[in-house]
Amino acid sequence: MKENQDPLEQAVSNDYKYGFVTDIDTDTIAKGLNEDVIRLISHKKNEPEWMLEWRLKAYAYWLTMVEPEWANIKYPTIDYQDIIYYAAPKPKKQLNSLDEVDPELLSTFEKLGISLSEQKRLSGVAVDVVMDSVSIATSFKEQLAEIGVIFCSISEAIQLHPELVKKHLGSIVPMTDNYFAALNSAVFTDGSFCYIPKGVRCPMELSTYFRINTENAGQFERTLIVAEDESYVSYLEGCTAPMRDENQLHAAVVELIAMEKAEIKYSTVQNWYPGDKEGKGGIYNFVTKRGICKGDHSKISWTQVETGSAITWKYPSVILKGDYSIGEFYSVAFTNNHQQADTGTKMTHLGKNTRSRIVAKGISAGHSQNSYRGLVRASKQAINARNYSQCDSLLLGDKCGAHTFPYIEVKNKTAIVEHEATTSKIGEDQLFYCRQRGIDPEAAVALIVNGFAKEVMNQLPMEFAIEAQKLLTISMEGSVG
Amino acid sequence: MLSIKNIHANVEGKEILKGINLEIKAGEVHAIMGPNGSGKSTLASVLAGREQYEVTAGEVSFLDKNLLELSPEDRAREGLFLAFQYPVEIPGVSTTNFIKAAVNEKRKYHGLEPLDSVSFLKIMKEKMKLVEIDQSLLSRSINEGFSGGEKKRNEIFQMAMLEPKLAILDETDSGLDIDALRIVANGINKLHSPERAVLVITHYQRLLDYIQPDYVHVLYNGRIVKSGTKELALELEEKGYDFITEGVDLNA
Ligand SMILES: Nc1ncnc2c1ncn2[C@@H]1O[C@H](COP(=O)(O)OP(=O)(O)OP(=O)(O)O)[C@@H](O)[C@H]1O
Ligand SMILES: [Mg+2]
Repeated sequence: MKENQDPLEQAVSNDYKYGFVTDIDTDTIAKGLNEDVIRLISHKKNEPEWMLEWRLKAYAYWLTMVEPEWANIKYPTIDYQDIIYYAAPKPKKQLNSLDEVDPELLSTFEKLGISLSEQKRLSGVAVDVVMDSVSIATSFKEQLAEIGVIFCSISEAIQLHPELVKKHLGSIVPMTDNYFAALNSAVFTDGSFCYIPKGVRCPMELSTYFRINTENAGQFERTLIVAEDESYVSYLEGCTAPMRDENQLHAAVVELIAMEKAEIKYSTVQNWYPGDKEGKGGIYNFVTKRGICKGDHSKISWTQVETGSAITWKYPSVILKGDYSIGEFYSVAFTNNHQQADTGTKMTHLGKNTRSRIVAKGISAGHSQNSYRGLVRASKQAINARNYSQCDSLLLGDKCGAHTFPYIEVKNKTAIVEHEATTSKIGEDQLFYCRQRGIDPEAAVALIVNGFAKEVMNQLPMEFAIEAQKLLTISMEGSVG
Repeated sequence: MLSIKNIHANVEGKEILKGINLEIKAGEVHAIMGPNGSGKSTLASVLAGREQYEVTAGEVSFLDKNLLELSPEDRAREGLFLAFQYPVEIPGVSTTNFIKAAVNEKRKYHGLEPLDSVSFLKIMKEKMKLVEIDQSLLSRSINEGFSGGEKKRNEIFQMAMLEPKLAILDETDSGLDIDALRIVANGINKLHSPERAVLVITHYQRLLDYIQPDYVHVLYNGRIVKSGTKELALELEEKGYDFITEGVDLNA
């Protein structure tokens, strides 16, 4: 037969579909980082004095730190003086409605398949769009305000709700937490803020699209979600970045606080530019995401579908402080070409009868490396803590790698921690079976991969799940033939 | 419908098929019998387009197309179906989703709109009755943990859903209990029509009792060494292969 090429190889090699640059007049601060840059950021954002002081403190601390080297990833040294720390698209005037948004910008979102107007009309999703650093348009804000929900950009929150921001910012991820968190604390420019008051079930999914646009602009968002007693919120975060040759740094911090009987569901779909087939370019994604189940019977659930970035270094974690609180982590990480992902979670059991569940699915293709790193910790007080972890790896081809690093620290005898791991490959005979039924290799791989990832996909809200499935399929295109 | 002319095929450099000739017309049922290792499954794999099997000589036309030039998926979409001797398991992919993908890929190839879930389920319900397969089996991952008989029945179910022009059944009767055998035979008979043809590979007369082949061929050492009517199968059952294979020159 003529087709001698490895069919798996072909189906996983295609071009990034979101590689375009929006041509918008941008207001930027020159490259480089020092105290003056931080003062300038704070000044441009018209921040109160306490915020500037907080940033400067973080910066001073960051200067004393060294970049971590322990993750199972390799990348060239980042030159922090070669990064633009502030880039805001210049709006022509104050925006009152979506119609006034720069049409270039709207068309960018359309290319991404997230026309705001459509989303507003059809799905009832409130979208807070972050383009580079500044929030462009926030919809549904008024409807949310009626029931007391605050959903706005973090910059706006600093202006309008300083007492809430002051109280919670950095309370879960302190500025001293790690190198990238310290950097973020010093230079963050935007992000989202959600506050759900006591007893309120947020009636719609809150959603943010992040997009990195300006060349050489690092993106440092800061997201803070506070759910008061007996409240509920589901938050969606989606990301894309245009194609760039130079690596771009992304170091976000996300903090979640769930009070008594509150529930926060945080879903991420991340498809930032992964670099080309030779491993050139791509986003470095170093993110600190942490939530605390502060009250009894509270629940935090992280779901992530990660298909992008050249390097992902990310461990959404839950501190289970309240008794009977629940932490969950559902993850699908797909890596292709020369991508490297080191992702996982930390579940810290402090309260009694706390439970956590980890389902991590890694899919590796091309020359990529995909690692799961997880820590389950049960303190002396965490009587009857339970954890169940499941880590499955699927390899497409034989040049990629999958690694699992489960760490367990249990300090009391009543805690039960279970861990299961599997590794599998798509077999030639499975592909042939599909092809004999008229399903081409690309569709067959998509079918098998989606089947593999189903348990996690099912955790996503409906509209998001469909998008995530499409994304997974797009990322895989060309890896079979 | 299918015309095989002097096919030679190698696996890992070793010649397994040594000049096969076979004509199958629409509406006909053919049976291929023959001892273990004679090349029956190899022939089925070559027809389905499995890449490890290298065709070194010969021609195959299927519905007036050069079959050997088509990809495996296009052969399937043109209407060639193979019920595997050993169906593979695909964890995580539900049988229903798998069949729906297969049906819709075929429709797309023929320029038809994909079936929506409602019409698909309606057709599925009909065919489920036909092969007496249980809903619970279809919601499980394809073939995963299925018993031998369940796997075979699932193959016949897929055949019923895809309505192929030519169905090749590789030992679909092996490992079936009496009831399952009747159901499988029934499935084949229901599919059989003046426009469709069936090629069954089997070791046993008992399936042929149900489906009444028009022709029976004996494959031995990579060649069809004898062809006849259904009486040939009875004769083989009685006497074994020796009476045919004696005197066949293995090196010719
Ligand atoms: N992939 C393969 N690699 C090596 N040898 C093979 C391969 N496939 C088939 N063969 C060999 O080709 C010969 C014919 O095998 P085939 O499976 O076609 O026989 P069969 O007639 O279907 O036998 P059975 O009745 O046992 O199913 C056997 O000797 C077998 O070992
Ligand atoms: Mg066989």
